[in-house]
Amino acid sequence: MKTIPKTLTALALLAGACAAQAETVQVAVAANFTAPMKVIAEAFAQDTGHKAEAAYGSTGKFYAQITNGAPFQVFLAADDTTPAKLEDEGMTRPGTRFTYATGTLVLWSADPALIKDGARVLGRNQFRKLAIANPKTAPYGTAAVEVMKALQVDQMLAPKLVQGENIAQTYQFVSTGNAELGFVALSQAFKDGQITGGSAWVVPAEMHEPIRQDAVILKTGEGNAAANAFMDYLKSDKVKAIIRSFGYEI
Amino acid sequence: MTTDHIQARFHLDYPEFTLNVDLELPGRGVTALFGHSGSGKTTLLRLVAGLIRIQDGRLSVNGEVWQDDRIFLPTHKRPLGYVFQEASLFPHLTARGNLEYGMKRVGNAMDGAALEQAVALLGIGHLLDRRPHQLSGGERQRVAIARALAVQPRLLLMDEPLAALDLKRKQEILPYLERLHDALEIPVLYVSHSPDEVARLADTVVLVEQGRVRAQGPVNELFSRLDLALAQDQEASAIIEGVVLSHDDDYALTRLEIQGGHLSVARLDRDIHELVRVRIHARDVSLALDEPGASSILNILPARILEMREIEQAQVLVKLCTGAGEKTPLLARITRHSRDRLRLHEGQSVFAQVKAVALMD
Amino acid sequence: MGFSDADIQAIWLTFRLAGLTTLLLLLIGTPIAWWLARTRSRWKGPVGAVVALPLVLPPTVIGFYLLVAMGPNGPVGQLTQAVGIGLLPFTFWGLVIASVFYSMPFVVQPIQNAIEALGERPLEVAATLRAGPWDRFFSVVVPLARPGFLTAAILGFAHTVGEFGVVLMIGGNIPGATRVVSVQIYDYVEAMEYGQAHWLAMSMVIFSFLVLLALYTLNPNQRRF
Repeated sequence: MKTIPKTLTALALLAGACAAQAETVQVAVAANFTAPMKVIAEAFAQDTGHKAEAAYGSTGKFYAQITNGAPFQVFLAADDTTPAKLEDEGMTRPGTRFTYATGTLVLWSADPALIKDGARVLGRNQFRKLAIANPKTAPYGTAAVEVMKALQVDQMLAPKLVQGENIAQTYQFVSTGNAELGFVALSQAFKDGQITGGSAWVVPAEMHEPIRQDAVILKTGEGNAAANAFMDYLKSDKVKAIIRSFGYEI
Repeated sequence: MTTDHIQARFHLDYPEFTLNVDLELPGRGVTALFGHSGSGKTTLLRLVAGLIRIQDGRLSVNGEVWQDDRIFLPTHKRPLGYVFQEASLFPHLTARGNLEYGMKRVGNAMDGAALEQAVALLGIGHLLDRRPHQLSGGERQRVAIARALAVQPRLLLMDEPLAALDLKRKQEILPYLERLHDALEIPVLYVSHSPDEVARLADTVVLVEQGRVRAQGPVNELFSRLDLALAQDQEASAIIEGVVLSHDDDYALTRLEIQGGHLSVARLDRDIHELVRVRIHARDVSLALDEPGASSILNILPARILEMREIEQAQVLVKLCTGAGEKTPLLARITRHSRDRLRLHEGQSVFAQVKAVALMD
Repeated sequence: MGFSDADIQAIWLTFRLAGLTTLLLLLIGTPIAWWLARTRSRWKGPVGAVVALPLVLPPTVIGFYLLVAMGPNGPVGQLTQAVGIGLLPFTFWGLVIASVFYSMPFVVQPIQNAIEALGERPLEVAATLRAGPWDRFFSVVVPLARPGFLTAAILGFAHTVGEFGVVLMIGGNIPGATRVVSVQIYDYVEAMEYGQAHWLAMSMVIFSFLVLLALYTLNPNQRRF
């Protein structure tokens, strides 16, 4: 568990302002953001006195639940299109949408010797399976396809692709060795500023559309002080630092 | 090795039951394995069939070894027929399908003669196209018996084939079993706890008690042995075989010749010279010291007292023999008071008054 | 709207998977059911419990362990590589093997129940009528336990069609090899293409209803589980 410095003046003021009326906010969180959210929620409670209760899941599932009346006040999506769609449908509080994190794509292998010279491992095509997240449903999958197109290996590698339904499953395929390598989120293979194991090539951001993860306050969050506080807290430098430490850009 | 005997030796130890038998049984006729439920008679039958397999056993049937230290013929390789207690027809086959099930597997028996004989013997010709659920309990059991016979077994095993039937159904089947008794050339082992069935059907009786053979012998001998439970039962009786001598249509009576004497019984639907078996209950026999003069009782036989035994506080069972050569056993149940009043003793000559003769069919 | 080509491919794949799985399960499950129904061995409990595990375990648990076991470092994976069939995850046959394990209780238990209900007696009768062990099985057990076998086949098939979590874990969503109907529906929902999702999902509901209707009509008195 990370220890959070408790001396940031701005946050202390914020905490003081809200402590009088502690509330709880229900947050729907994209599965890939699970680890940073746990740290953030703890810091949030300590710093503001409010409570953030998180549910983790796929963005598509949350969309279906939110449009059918699920009791979330804040939504941290894995993409920027789903919050925009909810906004168009009038399910959000207008003007609250912002990008809380940008994902970094990484080509990763559990084998420390496999990825030595960046993208060239793809061109050599000496592996059995390459795992990506489902490009239809997962932004990291869409980005992976864009990268392969940019490298002009998409046709060649098509027969070797296996798809995880989400980025967590894609990581599982690679970490168990069933796929020798795969495009996963840097946040999955990254801790305290470095790759945790195996070998990797961090894909340059310009090779694909940015993987923006947007947050939004939902209609149900109107009048919830904790929801506002949480959104503000997300934008604080302290939280940005936490988010970066998990391998996201912001 | 004798070739016309069944030799069976089994030793079996279950936690709550031990069976220990060493038997030599006749190679033809009906042998009843008689005893209370739980005595081990069905277990013995299943051992003979190979349905229970134990190490410590020896079995040979008319010269053929079915089991010893080295050999164990599995049930399906033993040339036997088995009739189970409850109707055990295959429900997915017609009566005919059931009969043919075994015949097909015997192979050379498909000539149809065995089938026809079995069908005729059990009177099931009109039932062949029915399914088991369309048959009465008695009919089902007749088909099951025919099925066991249709494989032309060299040994027929019957495990209380009547026990699951009510009295009426029993009466319906018993005549068929008696015909079987007369017609079959092969040995039959018949498990029963009913003295009545045994009296009617068996030639030899093996009395099984607590997993051991208590006594073995010809049926009439065993039934009149005072030391066995059979004689002490309310139904205790002597079994007598006789030949039909004449019919008296006027009085509706039939006269039987028994060893060294005669018996008059209610008119029998049997031919002259036919062999019949009758049963005289001990409770239907009373004793007199002198030959009664005028009496309504038809059958008064001179007899000698062989043995007496008190069976209850008030009752005495008397074993007698009658006829020339004194070969026909008879039982009488009298009160202790009468015994003392008449001063009856062993060896004494008396007259046995037979109030009723039970026919076996 | 109607089915897309991808849908039809998924449907055909699903039926092929379910059909093959059912066939294999009848072949493998029958001896297991037979043994479970008749043994007095102390292993009866443990073996029965293992067979029933998929009834209670979340599919993701089964899928995860299968993924690890069939992977290059897992025992199954090492074996399949050693005998030259390569690795099983992301292949059709990998799904077949996973489904066999996953649907096992739905096939074994109805057959086991039917054999237990049959009891010893019909087999003893057949033995006294000269039928050997195999003969007894085919001439007595199969016809008398027919409703059990039918239930087993229908449940095994239907359960494999409805399988999702395990396929998701080891399938890799490859069209024509591992992208079955349930995964296709999941993708539609995730992609918020609800119209397409409804088409497939409704078809699934109707199919499952018809299968169960057949089961209850053909076999009104059979114990099912």
